[in-house]
Amino acid sequence: MSNKMMGIIFSLGNTENMLELTKMRAASAVPVGGKYRAIDFPLSNMVNADIVNIGILTQYNYRSLMDHIGSGKEWDLDRKNDGLFIFPPYLNPSGSGWYRGTADALFTNLSFLVRSDEDYVVLSDGNLIYKADLSEFLDKHIETGADISVMVKKMPSGSVTELQKFGQVMIDNNDRIIDYAQKPERKISDVCSMNVFIIKRELLISLIQDCIAHGNYDFIVDIILKNLDKLKVFGFYYDGYFKNLYNVADFYAFNMDLLNPSLLHELFVRRGKIYTKVKDEVPAKYNAEANVTNSIVADGCVIEGDVHNSVLFRGVIISRGVSVKNSIILQGSVIGMNSTLDYVIIDKEAHITENKHLRGEATWPLLIGKNAVV
Amino acid sequence: MKKNLALLLAGGQGSRLGVLVKTMAKPAVLFGGKYRIIDFTLSNCINSGIDTVGILEQYLPLKLNNHIGIGKPWDMDRMNGGVTILAPFLAGEAGDWFKGTADAVFQNFHYIDRINPQNIVILSGDHIYKMNYSYMIDFHEQKDSDATISVIDVPLSEAHRFGIIITDNDDRIVSFEEKPKDPKSTLASMGVYVFKWKTLKEYLLADHSNKSSSHDFGKDILPSMLLNKSKMYTYQFKGYWKDVGTIQAYWEANMELTNRVPSLSLYDHNWKIYTPNPVKPAHYISPEGKIKTSVVAEGCMIFGEVKNSILFPGVVVGKGSYIENSIIMSNTVIGEETRIHKSIIAEKCIIGKRVNIGVGESKPNCLRPDIYNNDITVIGEFSKIPDDVSIGKNVMIDIETTSEDFKNSHVESGSIISKAGECHE
Repeated sequence: MSNKMMGIIFSLGNTENMLELTKMRAASAVPVGGKYRAIDFPLSNMVNADIVNIGILTQYNYRSLMDHIGSGKEWDLDRKNDGLFIFPPYLNPSGSGWYRGTADALFTNLSFLVRSDEDYVVLSDGNLIYKADLSEFLDKHIETGADISVMVKKMPSGSVTELQKFGQVMIDNNDRIIDYAQKPERKISDVCSMNVFIIKRELLISLIQDCIAHGNYDFIVDIILKNLDKLKVFGFYYDGYFKNLYNVADFYAFNMDLLNPSLLHELFVRRGKIYTKVKDEVPAKYNAEANVTNSIVADGCVIEGDVHNSVLFRGVIISRGVSVKNSIILQGSVIGMNSTLDYVIIDKEAHITENKHLRGEATWPLLIGKNAVV
Repeated sequence: MKKNLALLLAGGQGSRLGVLVKTMAKPAVLFGGKYRIIDFTLSNCINSGIDTVGILEQYLPLKLNNHIGIGKPWDMDRMNGGVTILAPFLAGEAGDWFKGTADAVFQNFHYIDRINPQNIVILSGDHIYKMNYSYMIDFHEQKDSDATISVIDVPLSEAHRFGIIITDNDDRIVSFEEKPKDPKSTLASMGVYVFKWKTLKEYLLADHSNKSSSHDFGKDILPSMLLNKSKMYTYQFKGYWKDVGTIQAYWEANMELTNRVPSLSLYDHNWKIYTPNPVKPAHYISPEGKIKTSVVAEGCMIFGEVKNSILFPGVVVGKGSYIENSIIMSNTVIGEETRIHKSIIAEKCIIGKRVNIGVGESKPNCLRPDIYNNDITVIGEFSKIPDDVSIGKNVMIDIETTSEDFKNSHVESGSIISKAGECHE
């Protein structure tokens, strides 16, 4: 399978919905699950399908993303040939350089596509949590003879607002997509596009050139939607776990979903591992007062208090007399003695001093920003 | 050329660790919930600014080679310097196994001479400690010493177990005593030496042609340097230093890490201990799970109760199970309703349901009471313990045992169960 497919990951959106969580970082660099960042999932999916030529198109607050990805060595992508490439916007004589859309970003870096020699390209958003076998996706793409394949998921009959985060697709009995509406106000279908696509590299190049020539900039709206009758666009059903990290509620829900051994197995064991930047932390230490149930605890934590239904990232300190419930505490934060937290999200390196009582609601967790001292 | 070169003697068998060293050398034995013993010495090197390290292997090197790789976790994958594995080799008619520590260094003369360092630091991969070798090298240069030996002050009652060094008021070495019955000093050699390469070279050449020599640093090289009035000094190290050479010392050193403030701090961000990181998610505790006074690594799944124990990455503790005062190594899976007391269970074992380990009366081990004692039961790697088995204290269970090796469901305290059905009770 090697050399057949290359990868593109988009980390372009400025998701204001993530509030403080994306103030200092790209949406795809949001920390999840105790030690990961969102982009680890799409990136590891690609690596697990033997893809070794991957470009990341990024725009907003990409410093933390660059720091996380580095040379790509954690994903075995520090290669002499191919490997990992990060493409932030740059100034050029013909424009501001700022990406006006996904197709524009691809056009700006078209030489990456032109110089690569893989037959196919898989494109994925960077803030998606899923564990898919991309080589199976490619096999299906070749088998159906599609021009573009779209990974789709039948969503549980959720509310209209939940479905509105996605592109909704109507699919015929042969899996061909006959209608595709990007974030519509009214529900047209409960089958959603996951924003993961496979397309032939040469076709992608010509579609991008055509798109830009007509003054358009978006891969989904201007390339897929406008060509539904001209191109064969097929859906590929994915039935595993899927979460689009679109807002704080999604972030909270995904971390809490992980408090489930069978999901942990699906995401981290089955069909390959999820790779991430390593931190060389010491294993977690529980002292005599520790009382931890239904939680995820990463390396480097020291626990002397109560923790229930929570996710603790690397190096979190829970002092004596503390009670943490239904909360997510990011890397390196310290909770001082006798403080209580319920439905709270604490960003990195924050310090909750002694005897503080913070409380959010299940529907609206309280968010404490990075480096904050409460 | 590098100013300092470290040679790490990692050939030690560590036979008193019993079944734990059946498939690996002592430096490769797991320690502290994540590490292998050699990680401490290797991390000391890189943290001391020594980036060129030769690792001399001899005994069962596979696991060690796998672990060290190209030295990436220690940032020793360098263009210039880095880590080099030095295995015994044949060269025409000359090659041979390493006959002693000095011979091991001598046989790698070509490697050292090509680097041609000013100082050569000789280390062993057998100890748990955090030491800044650069201070010792500074001391060595300040004294213009030919050989500097790192020493630690031990209690007089223990001094008979060590190589003891007697010095004058200026730390200059006057004489050595190997495991003296009546020690005249409490300064014990840590097996950490700094030599001027120029000087050591001559002594290695002379020692090599001496037919009666045992080619050992402690027994031959150092005494003959002293005899020739070389400038030899001791450098006193203060801090945590442990030889985890016996099952009991190994168990105790691990257990100490569960203390509120362990005497060995692994949390020092200026002195991290590096090791290859397992690719595993953060560990999970179920609603019924319970963990107290323990160290738990990534990838563990805890459905039962864990107390005073060290769990390495990927350990699964089944529902209703209870683990106490034990060391459970990587990827071992423990079934439901199983109870484990004061045991060391090596990597990738599968322990069945309703198994009891470390129970019953205390009886000395039938074959090797010198190795398996203090009521600690040890289970070798890749063993499968069938459901409903009860295992006593001071028991040794071989590597790769299966249900066929368990003749009955009760294993008496002090028994040994070997692979291929050999059973001693």
